[in-house]
Amino acid sequence: MKRILEVNIGLVYLFLYVPILAVVVFSFNSGDQISVWEGFTFGWYAKLFEDAALWRACRNSLLVAGVATVIATGIGTTTALAIERYRFRFRTALTRCLYLPIIIPDIVLAIALLIFYVQTSIPVGLISVIIAHCVFNIAYVTIVVRARLQGYDNTLEEAARDLGANEWQTFWRITFPLIAPGIIGGALLAFTLSIDDFVVTFFTAGVGYTTLSVHIYSLLKFGITPKINAISTMLLANSIVFILLFLWFQGGTTASQRQEA
Amino acid sequence: MRRNYHLFVLLFPVVFWLVCFFLLPLVSVFIYSFIERGMYGGVRWNFTLENYSRMFDGLYLGILWRSVSTALICTAVCLLLGYPFAYYLARYRPKHRNILLLLVVVPFWTNFLIRTYAWILILRTEGILNNFLGAVFPNWGPLELLNTPLAVQIGLVYGYLPFMILPLYAALEQLDMSLLEAAQDLGASPRRAFWHVTVPLSLPGILAGSMLVFIPTVGAFLTPDLLGGGKVSYIGNVIERQFKTARDWPFGSALSFMLMGIVLVGTVLYFRALQGNESAK
Repeated sequence: MKRILEVNIGLVYLFLYVPILAVVVFSFNSGDQISVWEGFTFGWYAKLFEDAALWRACRNSLLVAGVATVIATGIGTTTALAIERYRFRFRTALTRCLYLPIIIPDIVLAIALLIFYVQTSIPVGLISVIIAHCVFNIAYVTIVVRARLQGYDNTLEEAARDLGANEWQTFWRITFPLIAPGIIGGALLAFTLSIDDFVVTFFTAGVGYTTLSVHIYSLLKFGITPKINAISTMLLANSIVFILLFLWFQGGTTASQRQEA
Repeated sequence: MRRNYHLFVLLFPVVFWLVCFFLLPLVSVFIYSFIERGMYGGVRWNFTLENYSRMFDGLYLGILWRSVSTALICTAVCLLLGYPFAYYLARYRPKHRNILLLLVVVPFWTNFLIRTYAWILILRTEGILNNFLGAVFPNWGPLELLNTPLAVQIGLVYGYLPFMILPLYAALEQLDMSLLEAAQDLGASPRRAFWHVTVPLSLPGILAGSMLVFIPTVGAFLTPDLLGGGKVSYIGNVIERQFKTARDWPFGSALSFMLMGIVLVGTVLYFRALQGNESAK
C-alpha cells in the first residue's frame, strides 16, 4: 500500500514538472524546430532583446498589473477591515458578492465587461483592462487580508486607544504594521494574477494594446518559433521569484502570529 | 454617526466597483441575451427568445454536454490522482512537508498559457513524446495526439490538479489520527477505517477541491483552443467565437448565461453537500 502511494507521488511530480522542464531545456536548443534537439545555444535569449513588440507588450503588462494591484490592494484592504471590524446590514450579502467574480467563469466576466464598455462608450484600451483586472483582484486581496485580520486579537488596538492614541494614529501605528504582511501578500497575488491573466485581457483590451499574455497567445496561434521557449523560461524564472517573495511575507505572518499566541 | 461615517468610507470603493464593473455588466449580458442580432455584427433592440431556443439545437446541446462531461472527468481524474497524493503528504515528516507542498504550488503560480504551451511541445507529431517513443521503438509511427479531446483533457487535468490537492491536503492534515486508532482498536480493518473514518472526515476537502476544479474547467476557453486546435468545440470556445469572429453577441450572451447557470447549480450542490455533511456530524 505504501509503495503504491510512493509511486503515485513520484508520478504526480513527474506530471507536474516534465512539461515545465521541457520548455526550459528547449529554450537552449539551437535548431529551428521547437521540440527537436540539435545543439546548445543562448541565441534565442539574445533575440528577445531585439524584439520591440515583446518589450512593448512587457511594458503594457507591467503598467496594467502595477496600477491594478495598487487600486485593488487599497480597495481590498478597506473591504477586509470593514467586514472584519464592523457588523452591518448587508455584510453577508457583500461577502457573498465578493466571491462571485472568482466563481463565475472568466470568459463570462470578460464578455460582460466588453458589452458594458461598448454600451457605455468607455473606450477599450489599457484603462479598460485595468478596471477589469481590479474586479477579480479586489476579491483575492480581500480574502488574503481578511485571513490576516482574523489572526490577531484587537486588544492591542484597545490598549493604544486607552493610552490616548486617536483612531488615525492607532491605525497607522498598530493595525497597519500588524496586517502589512497580509496586504503585501495580497498585492503580490494580485500582481501575479494580473500578469498571468489572458482571457479577461483578450476581450477588454483595445486593438494595439497588447499585453504579454496576449502577445504570447498570438505567437502560439500564428506561428510557433523556438523564441517562445525562451520567453516562457524568463516568465518561469519571474514566477519563482514571486512565489519566494510571497512565501517570505506569509512566513513572516505565521511566525509573528505564533509569537502573539 | 462616526461609526457610520467610517463604514461608508471603507465600503464605498468596493460597492462602487462591484456595482459599476461587475453587477451592471452582468445585467447587460442578461439584457443582450434577449435581443436580436443586427445585420453587420451589431444588435437590434427587439425582444426575442430565439437565442435561448437555439441552444436546444442538437449541435449546441452536444457541445454543452461535451463541456460538462469533460469537466466531470477532469474532476474525477484530479481526485483520483490528488487524494492519495494529499494523503501521503499529510502524513509526511513535517520538516519536508512544506517543501513538497511548495513544489505543488509552483506550477500554479506559472503563467497558464505557458503551462498549456508546454503540452504542445510534448504532444505534437514531432513533439517530445513521439521523438522519445521513436527513439526507444524504432518502428514507432508517430501518434496524432495534439488537437484531440484527449489532449484537451490532459491539459485541463494538468492546469487544475493543484486546485484539488491543496484543499484535500488542508482537510487531511487536520485529521485527528486518534480517531483512526480508535477505529482500529475497535476491530476495524485499515480498509474499513479508511472508508468509514478518513473519507467522511475529509469530505469538506473533497467537495471544495471538486468545486475548484469543475468550475473553471467547464467554461475553459484557452486549453481547448490551444490543445484542441479549434477542431473540438467546448462552450468556452463557442462563446469566444460569438464575440470575436461570428459577431453574434446576443447568442454569445445567452450561452454565457447558460454557462453561469451550470456553474451556479454546481455551487448550490456544493453548499448543500457541505451542509448535509455538517448536520451528519
